[in-house]
Amino acid sequence: MTTETQANPLETEELISGSEAIARACSLADVDVITAYPIRPYDTVMQFVSRLIADGELKCEYIVAESEHSQFEIVKHASAVGARVFTGSSGVGWFYAFEALAVTCGLRLPMVAMVGNRALDDPGAFGTEHNDALAVRDLGWMLNWAATAQDCIDTALMAWRVAEDPRVYLPVAISTDGAFLTHSQQIVKVPDKSLVDKFLPPYDRGKFQLHPDNPITIAPQVNEDWLMEIRRQTDAAMRRARDVITETHEDFKRIFGRGGDPFLEEYMTDDADVVLVGMGTLTLPLKVTVRRLREKGQKVGFIRVKWFRPFPAPELIESLSRFKAVGVIDRDYSLGSPFHGGVLLNEVKAAMYSAENRVPIIGFVAGLGGREVTVPATREMFEITQKAAESGTIDNQIHWIGVRE
Amino acid sequence: MSTHAVEVVYRGIFQKNLARNITRSIVLASRLEGKIGTAFGRYGDSPERNGIPAKYFAVVADDAVELEETLASYEPTEVDVTIVVDDTLCKGVESWAWYGLQPINELTKPNGTVLVTSFQDPDQIKEDIHVKDQPYNLAIVKGSKSFSGLWVYKDDHTDVRILGALAKVCPDMVSLESYNQAIQQQWKKEEKVTSAERAHERVKSTPVEPGEGNPEEPFKFDMPGWTQMEEALVIRAIDQGGGFRGGEGGFEPVRSSVFKKYSTRTMRPVINFETCTKCTLCWLQCPDSCFDVTPDGLYDSDMDSCCGCGVCEDVCPVPDCITMVNEEAFTDNASQYEHWQKDRDNYMEWLGEKITVGKGEERSHGFHHVGQYAEEVSKLLEVGNDD
Repeated sequence: MTTETQANPLETEELISGSEAIARACSLADVDVITAYPIRPYDTVMQFVSRLIADGELKCEYIVAESEHSQFEIVKHASAVGARVFTGSSGVGWFYAFEALAVTCGLRLPMVAMVGNRALDDPGAFGTEHNDALAVRDLGWMLNWAATAQDCIDTALMAWRVAEDPRVYLPVAISTDGAFLTHSQQIVKVPDKSLVDKFLPPYDRGKFQLHPDNPITIAPQVNEDWLMEIRRQTDAAMRRARDVITETHEDFKRIFGRGGDPFLEEYMTDDADVVLVGMGTLTLPLKVTVRRLREKGQKVGFIRVKWFRPFPAPELIESLSRFKAVGVIDRDYSLGSPFHGGVLLNEVKAAMYSAENRVPIIGFVAGLGGREVTVPATREMFEITQKAAESGTIDNQIHWIGVRE
Repeated sequence: MSTHAVEVVYRGIFQKNLARNITRSIVLASRLEGKIGTAFGRYGDSPERNGIPAKYFAVVADDAVELEETLASYEPTEVDVTIVVDDTLCKGVESWAWYGLQPINELTKPNGTVLVTSFQDPDQIKEDIHVKDQPYNLAIVKGSKSFSGLWVYKDDHTDVRILGALAKVCPDMVSLESYNQAIQQQWKKEEKVTSAERAHERVKSTPVEPGEGNPEEPFKFDMPGWTQMEEALVIRAIDQGGGFRGGEGGFEPVRSSVFKKYSTRTMRPVINFETCTKCTLCWLQCPDSCFDVTPDGLYDSDMDSCCGCGVCEDVCPVPDCITMVNEEAFTDNASQYEHWQKDRDNYMEWLGEKITVGKGEERSHGFHHVGQYAEEVSKLLEVGNDD
């Protein structure tokens, strides 16, 4: 929920969900091709896109494919000819498209996808879990986690600009926690198209555009003679994305007057001894807990990781080094990983290994399958982290919070 | 500082848009007063299933920080008003997941209100609602179950009549003027504003004292921990069953003791055991295996398991042997066969009475004839205008 109250005459307020906010962003960004295949909770965005098209507010090719694999293939090809594209999925639907997800990065094709985070079957569950989007973390997708419906529309507008920047040309996935963002309506500021046009240039595929006037072949078989160099190029693009993300956020702030820091959202961390780190809608109970503990004089704070790829290692090293202990909350699992911790924990620890000050870091697994991460649960996490700060040692590296024993 | 929360308890598919429109309108109207809010459906309910009890919430606060405080818990733990858009839900609701039966007033604050659309008297509804140890109010907006559903929106003004009544029973949250303005903005129909105003005038509220109501203990289910659960996602089959009600003859299947289905029901079958030809069709076709075979070869529908789909009535070849009757006409899940065994004359009288009172043209799962839909809308609009 945004707390900024400055009214901009070029923005209107609407009561919409995170999914609807992203659909509105499609309209404002003048997206050319949208593909879809239903799976809950991503399918909410399909409903709103269809409505915008039916109402004449969005003019685009809207293709409901026969599977997620085709869904992602179609936008990939559309992106190759220079069309601005949007698509998305959830849980196992995203996995069904996995081959297409991998090739998109290799071909350096920009794309914006919404992942309505959902637990992977089996067991069947509609609720949020971050393992779906995180599965592509090594492939060249840029990954962002939204916290509010406002965040959804803002991030989507930024995502096209970052993805389509010639220095980058990589796909972006915006993760939206199932239920909390996809099915909850909040008051959102929707900007006027004239503002968006100032911020978001048209997609220009330039000399890479697949077009009869520009005869090129893409996607050849290369084998070991070429592959490593190509991977290195994609790696360089991901490295450059950091600067592009920073520039984009700065420009967004200048034009729309909101947005904060590009990679991390820090909440009451200035004089904190202990912080928790997490992604997505966890932010809401965490902020409330931080305020309540602060009222009792405890120096605690919260840090939200906004972009998981490219991973904000420099920012985290700078930020986390100053605390006495850090707890990382994973709404995911990484079975058999170091100390059996979650994905975010392992990434944060890997980043912090090069820090001069090796702060004790504890892992929490919570909120799987959409289970609510409650205020008492976050208080428990703070207590455990505070204990580590006092003793300087960690008895138990990983804690499952809110699981019935 | 003041935060208000409202829940709308509704039936999946049939009333999803109705519940959504009510909660949206509350938040939009509150915004006109400079407040901020959110509206959302309870995600785990799976409201894309016919008749499943489900919930929508609206939370309204003075400012964004205050709203955040409330939303730190995803589902409000207490509400100022529980809105019930189908009076048969007053018997309690079982979510799609295994939570046991929740009394309809479970989240209602002390001195809060349960607001029901119904043609029943408060005393009749009170019999259905479980006792609470805190006082609350029962308010009634005269009207039937509005099926303003997922596929069609039957614009019978139930949405705005609820809003008008809300302004009366919870005036601190949003004023009638703001609701009227929000209604005008959304629907651009003056007659909808008039409907809201009429409901505001006419809604009747009765205090309910602690201890008043249905004294039954709602069934509960404690979920096991990970160390106690069977691994590999295995769910053991339950025993097949045996003789009727523990006796020698007939057959009664063993049923789940933790997941019943009856709160999905808006109608139930009543059976004339004297005209039954024992053809077995109801027993064979019932999708939920509700029918117990009695020692004398008749079929008794188990009311804890019946979700009221009406298939038995459809397949029964004997005229008026099985009749679907509105759930409002009943206060318990007692066995009809046992009643008939005990006193046949009394049962036949009871049966005739239930059919006269509760047999309806309206079905929870469709319409009986072309044009019934339009007839009902005009009928319901008239109800709103009755003095």
